[in-house]
Amino acid sequence: MLTVSNLHAAVDGKEILKGLTLEVPAGEVHALMGPNGAGKSTLSYVLTGRDGYEVTAGSATLEGEDLLALSPDERAARGVFLSFQYPLEIPGVPALTFIRTALNAQRRARGEAEISAPEFLKLARRTAQSLKIDFEMLKRPLNVGFSGGEKKRMEILQMAMLSPRFLILDETDSGLDIDALKIVAEGVNALRAPDRAMLIITHYQRLLDYIRPHRVHVLSAGRIVASGGPELALELEREGYDKYARAA
Amino acid sequence: MSLAAAIRDRDPAALPSRRDEVWRWTDLRGLIREVPPPSARMDPRDLGPGVFDHLATSSYVVANGLEPVRIEISAGERTIVALRFVSRGQGAHAALAEIRLGEGARLRLLETYEGEGAYLADASLSITLSPGAVVERIVLADDDPEAVSVSHANVKLAAGSEFGQIVLTSGARRQRIETRVVHPDGGAKLRLDGVYLLEGKRHADLTTVVEHQGLDGVTMQMTKGVVRDQARGVFQGRIVVAEGADRTDARMEHHALIVGDRGEVDAKPELEIYADDVACSHGNTIGALDQEALFYARQRGIPEPEARALLTEAFIGEVVDRVWLEGAREIVRRWAAQRLRGA
Repeated sequence: MLTVSNLHAAVDGKEILKGLTLEVPAGEVHALMGPNGAGKSTLSYVLTGRDGYEVTAGSATLEGEDLLALSPDERAARGVFLSFQYPLEIPGVPALTFIRTALNAQRRARGEAEISAPEFLKLARRTAQSLKIDFEMLKRPLNVGFSGGEKKRMEILQMAMLSPRFLILDETDSGLDIDALKIVAEGVNALRAPDRAMLIITHYQRLLDYIRPHRVHVLSAGRIVASGGPELALELEREGYDKYARAA
Repeated sequence: MSLAAAIRDRDPAALPSRRDEVWRWTDLRGLIREVPPPSARMDPRDLGPGVFDHLATSSYVVANGLEPVRIEISAGERTIVALRFVSRGQGAHAALAEIRLGEGARLRLLETYEGEGAYLADASLSITLSPGAVVERIVLADDDPEAVSVSHANVKLAAGSEFGQIVLTSGARRQRIETRVVHPDGGAKLRLDGVYLLEGKRHADLTTVVEHQGLDGVTMQMTKGVVRDQARGVFQGRIVVAEGADRTDARMEHHALIVGDRGEVDAKPELEIYADDVACSHGNTIGALDQEALFYARQRGIPEPEARALLTEAFIGEVVDRVWLEGAREIVRRWAAQRLRGA
């Protein structure tokens, strides 16, 4: 589904990704691990088209379509979703308004009809319930005054409602206590589907106990330096990233 | 020095100029070489209905400055008044309106400035409240982009009275909306809110001066502005707490967004405090739209222009949502959305 090939990217003229190659097939969940500064978040921003992240070589495609040629909103409409490490607060915009605006914009971009108000509210209620989010919270400005755990749950709620094809979860476990982590993991696992793929970016193995990946990749100094099964995450937990830092 | 005197005497030397500290960002003397002749007489009956007329119990029109308006609201009376200052043509005119409220009277004032042409207009309004009276004033200013327009309101509160105001303006070639409020006896509640949405070469100056002379007065102030193109927004807020006006609670905030790199916002919040026991604060920010929030919205699939409009409307929404009269709130929301999405 996602094919990244020899990707080079720079921020402020400094090269962060140095020939990254990665393939995530449909139906699979892959984990991307690595030390701080390896380029994990940079990859998520390059794939979603954030300003200031300059691709200098290589390619990234989603089911054969060149992602890098598209604007961030066009990528979202094609099904790319990034769960932010630090979800933004949007004062003055109720969560429901924000999500409905996003959903309808995506639908319009795909040439689909907008969702009706009753249908949207039904979807919102059902999704909130499954993530143990109080529906009243969705009437408040998005993420304003929410706790770290609530913000992460709101990300998963948006993900579930927007129903993307390719999901990137950037450090979704950071700031979560164990109960919140379980709820978030359940929400993510519920989205596993044969026509969907996920990339879980994480520094620690803990999240992978709850969201079991098919493959684990180690990112160091801007490249994938090792790939393996879930056992690779356990090895990293035991032995740390040192040997990969040298390999890079 | 006043615009009204300059118009009356056709004397440009009487115009406020940058040499007056309080006019330094809204210089009229440097702009106007010659005061135009008096505006032509207008028959208010030739005008269509105003935007707020259907919400009001009674409606007054001051057309090209003629016929001062005097409105008395008797004790205990509750009413909604539409007050329209209409300007047409290239002339100069000064308008006058006076409103008095009896004890416990309640007035919802829906005031508009409507203009077409390169006129020079001055509007002077005085509002006097008796104890326990309540005024809610909405000012929607839609002047011509070629016009020069100044409105000044002098408000006198009384013990236990309340005055709430929301000014919304799209500016003019040069425009100033000034509100001066005195808390003479204390114990009154004042709210002064404002929104300016400026494009092209428009200029809007929201100036307020509040004097607390008695105990236990409250002043809450929130102004928000969005400036694009080469427009210029000015906010001057001054709160004076006189000696002995203890337990005054005064808060002033002004926040502006500049869209693009040629707009300008000048802000001068001032607190002058001569009393000991007061709670006063002010906050002021001027900046661009939060790029991170913009990216976040786009990542969720909202195209950039729509994302900008959504975030900008949310920014001013905090003030717009305070319009207390539901029908008026809808009119004001549409007015703001047109200005933010139309550009």
